[in-house]
Amino acid sequence: MPHRTFLMFILPSLLAMLVFIAAPVVSVAIQSLFVAHDKVMVSVQSCGPFGCTTDVHVDTKATEALQKQQPLGKFNGLGTYTDRNHLAFAEIGAILSDNSGLGDVAVRIYALPFYRALSFTLVYTFVVTPLAMLLGFVIALSVNAVSPWIKGPVIFFSLLPMIITPIIGSLIVYWMIDADAILGSALQDLFHDPNLYLKASPVLTWIVLLCYGVWTNGPFSFVVFYAGLQMVPKDTLESAMIDGANRWERVRFVVMPYLTPLATFVALVQLMDNFRVFEPIVGFNAQANASSLSYSIYSDLNGQFSQLFSSAAATSMLTILGVIILLIPVLMRTWREFNLKAA
Amino acid sequence: MDSVAHHQPRWLRIASTTFVVVWLIIAAFPFLWTVWGSFKVEGDFFSRETWLNAVFGVKTTLQTGSPFTWAGYYGAWVTDGLWRAVGNTIVVTLFVTVISLTFGTLGGYALARSGRRYSFFILIVALIFRAMPHITLVSGYLLPFFQLNVWGVLPTAIIVLVAINQPFTLWMLHSFFLSIPKDLDESALVDGCSRFQAFRLAVIPVMWPGVITTGLFSFLLAYNDFAVTSMLLSEDNQTIVPRIASFLGSIEQTGKVMYAVAAVVSATVPLFILVMFFQRQIVSGLTAGAVKG
Repeated sequence: MPHRTFLMFILPSLLAMLVFIAAPVVSVAIQSLFVAHDKVMVSVQSCGPFGCTTDVHVDTKATEALQKQQPLGKFNGLGTYTDRNHLAFAEIGAILSDNSGLGDVAVRIYALPFYRALSFTLVYTFVVTPLAMLLGFVIALSVNAVSPWIKGPVIFFSLLPMIITPIIGSLIVYWMIDADAILGSALQDLFHDPNLYLKASPVLTWIVLLCYGVWTNGPFSFVVFYAGLQMVPKDTLESAMIDGANRWERVRFVVMPYLTPLATFVALVQLMDNFRVFEPIVGFNAQANASSLSYSIYSDLNGQFSQLFSSAAATSMLTILGVIILLIPVLMRTWREFNLKAA
Repeated sequence: MDSVAHHQPRWLRIASTTFVVVWLIIAAFPFLWTVWGSFKVEGDFFSRETWLNAVFGVKTTLQTGSPFTWAGYYGAWVTDGLWRAVGNTIVVTLFVTVISLTFGTLGGYALARSGRRYSFFILIVALIFRAMPHITLVSGYLLPFFQLNVWGVLPTAIIVLVAINQPFTLWMLHSFFLSIPKDLDESALVDGCSRFQAFRLAVIPVMWPGVITTGLFSFLLAYNDFAVTSMLLSEDNQTIVPRIASFLGSIEQTGKVMYAVAAVVSATVPLFILVMFFQRQIVSGLTAGAVKG
């Protein structure tokens, strides 16, 4: 296809991506280097019958003028990145130089907002992804083993947790685990603990969020693996059987190698999606006990008194860095494959 | 099915069946329970005494005279004005789907037919964009949108969602067009068509299965989005999902939880219908990317 024709075809799509994905990233990068202006202060001396006092006021007009002149704010370099709310180098240094053991270090680092968000994001990404894939694989094997008429209903109901709006799905589960609701009270009875409250402690909140993640992510793996299972050649399975492979060995040495490329694909998609975990924290009202990188950007932007653009921008840049690190192995592999094909 | 490899011992059959049934309950029960409970009063849905109240609607009967009540739905749709959000959602999802598909088919077709290095680069960049958390982009939109005075209106949210949707749409339609034989449009070119005519006359008539599947996912992205719509739309222009999320702040005090439950069930209905009618397309869309590698 000639370059010109190619460009004509791809232009609308390319333009949309450049203006609304690439440009905002640049805008975020620039914004992260600036902070909001300090308020311009003026001292006013007022003299009364009891002598003179000096008051300090905010000069609103001058502040607005300054804001208009330099809408980005004051240049701060990498200051926002290293402050207490982000990478917190000074605080980390202090913790490392003066602490009482590894547990103490972990607890104190977890108290810093960025590391708190990062640790939940990483735990969510790397716990939910493999567990959901395992769940999906086991469902796929089981559905494959039982009579085919059940296949339709299972796929129908499995798709629901997957395509449900994340906020709505988490609300549905959230209302069920309320202490007065069916699951919450059932758990209280089960453990004979009338004070068991799934929303109360950080540990329980994390467990609830992780279970929710497996519930919504499992079906995707199931659907993909189930489709893959239909393509495993029967001859190979039968010859493995004749060679004396038992049921498990057939799964391990015939089925699983066939599904490996699919598993890589599923893992890639789910890692990307889980890394941006955000809505469940809003839906489960869990911000007191868990935070994620996306959630902390959202709460910066949604500030009650003012929107913290620079802080949100710095967290965004660090998140994007995380995404790129996550993608590097995939990108390198794709690059090598492309070069092989071209050669 | 008659294959020897499919013969199973009894215990395995029972174990698999049990597992499938348990999964079916885990997957479906929350939805059925919430749909059922949305027709009860709060005292039943969140019953301190026993969950059986929610099944039989004991307090609902006491308060309203019947075990089912539409009060939650009335509150959500009429009192809290959910219908306005529904209108906005229809506009947003319709436009996002149509524009995404228009851009995506053109771009995906070009990527599938051009074997050059830059088309590969575009796909890789699209993959990176696909991985970008949406909220990081939103933090880049806000200040420019405030300055240009385009914040809060539906067209802004629509074009942003179209752009966010492009990487996925491009990948999906690119792999779909690869499966349409090249000969089809090349013979049109030989017959003297321009590239665009070939696309219009030879490719468009056969592309609909792929476009419908991709369209379902574009619809889902627009419908399910929270990050963009909650941050970029003013209160009057909110779609259903951010509207429900903003209910949440106030219901704790005012005892309107059932409004939110009814709103949540209402918002699930379109998805339910979607899965019912398009199950096959959704499954093929999910597996297309994977199976083809």
